Amino acid sequence: MNVDEIVDGILNKNRRALARAITYVENEYPEGKEILKRIYHRTGKAHVVGITGFPGVGKSTTVSKLTQEFRKREKTVGIVAVDPGSPFTGGALLGDRLRLDGLDVNNPLWLDEGVFFRSMSSRGRAGGIAAKTGDVVRLMDAFGFDVIFVETVGAGQSEVDIIEVADTSIVILMPEMGDDIQINKAGILEIGDIYVVNKADLGGAEKTVKWLKSMIMMDQEAIEILSKTTHADEAAVESGEIFERMKRSKDWVPPVLTTVADRGEGIRELADAIERHFDYLKRSGKLEERRIRRLSREVFDLIMDEIKMLLSKNDVVNYREIIQKVVRGELDPHTAAEMVVEKLIKL
Amino acid sequence: MERPIKVLVAKVGLDGHDRGAKVVARFLRDAGFEVVYTGLHRTPQEVAMAAVQEDVDVVGISIHSGAHKELVPKVIKYIKEFGGNPEEMVFLVGGIIPEDDFEELKKAGVDGIFIPGTPIQEIIDFIKKAVAEKRKAVAKK
Repeated sequence: MNVDEIVDGILNKNRRALARAITYVENEYPEGKEILKRIYHRTGKAHVVGITGFPGVGKSTTVSKLTQEFRKREKTVGIVAVDPGSPFTGGALLGDRLRLDGLDVNNPLWLDEGVFFRSMSSRGRAGGIAAKTGDVVRLMDAFGFDVIFVETVGAGQSEVDIIEVADTSIVILMPEMGDDIQINKAGILEIGDIYVVNKADLGGAEKTVKWLKSMIMMDQEAIEILSKTTHADEAAVESGEIFERMKRSKDWVPPVLTTVADRGEGIRELADAIERHFDYLKRSGKLEERRIRRLSREVFDLIMDEIKMLLSKNDVVNYREIIQKVVRGELDPHTAAEMVVEKLIKL
Repeated sequence: MERPIKVLVAKVGLDGHDRGAKVVARFLRDAGFEVVYTGLHRTPQEVAMAAVQEDVDVVGISIHSGAHKELVPKVIKYIKEFGGNPEEMVFLVGGIIPEDDFEELKKAGVDGIFIPGTPIQEIIDFIKKAVAEKRKAVAKK
């Protein structure tokens, strides 16, 4: 398949074309860049939903159940599932797809025309997604999926790159994953638009829910509300009533939901929350705001890549010679950098 | 840079014996391949659809149920039906396969058959060589 065929294919819902386009993009073939340029005008319609959380909390199972739920709501669904690539061999065991539909014969997904699933290796990149995950999402967006789920690798505390691609980020936890200090640490637990405590049938789920809610309450505006409460309100804090009061006073307070994903419990409510958040983003102008921020960062990164490409071509700026001068002590690094930039500007 | 080799390790049909498939998936991972595992009890159509959507270089089917002559050709047939090109893929079958059936499977498009006791290195070397040849043939076209 050549670039023309692939671009036509994507715009005409040919799954084979989409699959091949992803391969080109993922592997940084020149064709991939060309395809991305030509489909960009068709992107921006999908709701991109990120699913993150520590390994084994049930991300893939939740994605599968949500996909079934959104199919019932007559939405088409694209899924990009990232698993870690080995820093030693480059190999990867991509084991998210096998959770898809869980052999549930009433809601099969593997052959569903409205579902496309692609596994990706992170290829050694930190951050929870692969370098090209955002571009793969874009291909699926151009193909026309209504909802695109991006499942991160089993994330650590600081793997928060999902917010670079997702409109709505869901952080999944499970009971007994640490105390209130763990939950108040910076990083992954700051990024949720929705929080889910999965495996809620295990003991201790209420405790995790309570800690999450109090973590969410600790932001600036919330403290204002809390500062107006008295000792008499302590019971209200304890019972979660303050949380409810906060919800009334703010545009969006991340909900904390409980699920037992493999049995499908809580999935409908989670899907509702996802749709509610998308409505909120659109209504409040936050969607545009978030997308502008992401695009400006992306274009900036691409500019940097282009500059690196220029520098690697010796005939443009003799980078190696300048480095030699720095090594010999004839130039200091800062002056060298300024000289290079000046030369680039004159190009 | 050459792109990593992507392999689908599949269990198809009514066959719960997945130890072999998991061991192979793990060793292929360690050989630097990107391995997608389907899990148990997938239909030939589902395996074919996964091969197309994941755009894999290799489809490895593990089968211990005796239904290989029935199921393996179906996987290849459905890949074509779903718009994929089996000519660009390497097909491997692993498991309890009587030697008498090798010929028939190969005629159906299987490139390599590996029975219990095969050293894993043999499978890895086979995949590397076969994928390199397929890619060269595709590039020529």
